[in-house]
Amino acid sequence: MLIIKDLHAGIEGKRILKGFYLTVNAGEVHAIMGPNGSGKSTLSKVLAGDSHYEVTKGEVMFQGKNLLELEPEDRALAGIFMAFQYPVEIPGVNNASFLRMAYNAKRKYLGKQEADPLEFNDLLKEKLKLVNMSDDFLNRSLNQGFSGGEKKRNEIFQMAVLDPTLAILDETDSGLDIDALREVARGVNALRRPDNAIILITHYQRLLDYVKPDFVHILSDGRIIRSGDKELALLLEEKGYDFMEASLK
Amino acid sequence: MSVKTIQEFASKEYAYGFQTPIEADVIARGLTEDTVRQISKRKNEADFMLKFRLKAFRHWQKMKEPEWANVEHAPIDYQDIIYYSAPKQAPKKLNSLDEVDPELRKTFEKLGIPLMEQKKLAGVAVDAIFDSVSVATSYKQKLREAGVIFCSFSEAVAEHPELVKKYMGSVVPYTDNFFATLNSAVFSDGSFVYIPKNTLCPMELSTYFRINTEGSGQFERTLIICEDNSTVSYLEGCTAPKFDSNQLHAAVVELVALDNAEIKYSTVQNWYAGDPKTGKGGIYNFVTKRGKCLGKKSKISWTQVETGSAITWKYPSCILVGDDSVGEFYSVALTSHFQQADTGTKMIHIGKNTKSTILSKGISAGQANNNYRGAVEIKKSAAGSRNFTQCDSLLIGSRCAANTFPYIDVQNASSQVEHEASTSKVSDDQLFYFQQRGISAEDAMGAIINGFCKDVFRELPGEFAVEATQLLGLKLEGSVG
Repeated sequence: MLIIKDLHAGIEGKRILKGFYLTVNAGEVHAIMGPNGSGKSTLSKVLAGDSHYEVTKGEVMFQGKNLLELEPEDRALAGIFMAFQYPVEIPGVNNASFLRMAYNAKRKYLGKQEADPLEFNDLLKEKLKLVNMSDDFLNRSLNQGFSGGEKKRNEIFQMAVLDPTLAILDETDSGLDIDALREVARGVNALRRPDNAIILITHYQRLLDYVKPDFVHILSDGRIIRSGDKELALLLEEKGYDFMEASLK
Repeated sequence: MSVKTIQEFASKEYAYGFQTPIEADVIARGLTEDTVRQISKRKNEADFMLKFRLKAFRHWQKMKEPEWANVEHAPIDYQDIIYYSAPKQAPKKLNSLDEVDPELRKTFEKLGIPLMEQKKLAGVAVDAIFDSVSVATSYKQKLREAGVIFCSFSEAVAEHPELVKKYMGSVVPYTDNFFATLNSAVFSDGSFVYIPKNTLCPMELSTYFRINTEGSGQFERTLIICEDNSTVSYLEGCTAPKFDSNQLHAAVVELVALDNAEIKYSTVQNWYAGDPKTGKGGIYNFVTKRGKCLGKKSKISWTQVETGSAITWKYPSCILVGDDSVGEFYSVALTSHFQQADTGTKMIHIGKNTKSTILSKGISAGQANNNYRGAVEIKKSAAGSRNFTQCDSLLIGSRCAANTFPYIDVQNASSQVEHEASTSKVSDDQLFYFQQRGISAEDAMGAIINGFCKDVFRELPGEFAVEATQLLGLKLEGSVG
């Protein structure tokens, strides 16, 4: 589904990703772990097409398309969803109408008619249950005045409504208390299917207690230094990043 | 989302920049007492009008152009303006709308303003003003049956002189300010509305202003009188062709509301704003609009969506004379490129328990300068009065500016005044968030702007709210930065 080869990227002249390789197949969940500054967020922003970041080398193919040539909205329409680490507040635009715009943009891309407003409303209500939020969530301005936990749940809620092919969760677990973490994890698990894939970007092992990854990769200084299964995350938690980096040298 | 994309938002082509090739009867450039007499003569006016004009002209000669507005422009040469330009073939009196010059009819069709009564916008009566004269007024007959007078100002002077004499200048006196005084001397036409007692005006009334001749100014007057227990909703729209030179539009609007009367006055202003790249040309929109709530429990509500003009200088105001009268001002002012706006309102509370609401939304993009200027005066006599003001500014890009100049003067202890203000900025991060969900940057900008303006759009009559939404979208397309 996703093939990344020798990706080099950075921001404002600073080199961050330095030869990143990753292959993700349908039905897989990949966890990418790494210390601060290792390039975790850069990876998600580059895949989503944030224009602040510059790709200097490498190739990213998504379902046969050259992802790096696409505008951010076209990447989203092709099926890529990023749950933001820090979702921005958008005053004056409510959650429900934002999602309707996004949902209909996707339908238009697929050559379908706009969703019937009543049916769409039912869909929203159904997906709200997944993240355990009440209906008034829909009428609030997008992320405005939301607590940290509400913002993260809203990202998962949007993911549930938009039903992406590849979801990239950028430190969705950071800043969550244990209850919120469980709910977010429940939401993510409910969306796992053989025909989609998830990349979990995280600093800590604890999310992986609830969302079981098929692969765990350790990122250090812009490169994957080790890949393994769930055990690798546990080892990492026990030994720490410094040990992992040192053991390679 | 880059700064460049943001930049592109605000530079959409102006769709109404065409000029209609039509022969015009033009009075030579320049302004002397003779010009004033010529205008009056061209219009076959009664003596009282000429006297009014001359008084104003003589007063104007002693006045100086005001300099307090926070806008910049080269000095205006008042001797280089055409003060009267009218399509030659305009017949004195039209028996039916079919007699309107087809070229003119086509012009208004192209602007989306049908003069034929069976067309879309059915239910809206239109007075079409082309340069200096009114060329057609639709639905006159139907309105007449309800007792409503809706006609050109010239026609009102000829046919209802008693009403014109009584109310003209009663809200905006000829000495009021430089531009209002100039207008009083040289105004050429405009719309006149009279709603008799106990009448709900059966349809929306609307005037559409079009400046066509290069070098001409447009000086029109609108007078709306709403008698006891009556209601009217009125809408004006404006466009002009693209010219490299600046053109002056100095209008005067007077509203009078008697006991329990309600006037709702909405404006969608889309004058040519000048060249997006150089700032050359465009309309100077220096307009005096004022309403007087003369009667008890009367209400005047101004709603404006200002998107055009090189410079906007206008402060639709309410004088709340009658006890329990209400004044409202809802405004969206959008400036992009090199546009400048100094706009706001004045609420003058004189009667007891009078109320006013001011809701101003300023959007600034490109290198534009957007100013809100408002005054709330609560006189000693206005016991128990209230005002609520909210001024919000939205900045798009980093080269634009927004300022707020509120003046508040309260002279009694039983009144209450509230003022809230906010400034926010559309960020690249916000646009990227939309894009990541599959929504284009244009649509994202539209949604953000709409969200910002929705409290004002809600006040616009039905389909004009849709028009205003689209207009803002068009105006910003290509401009964010």
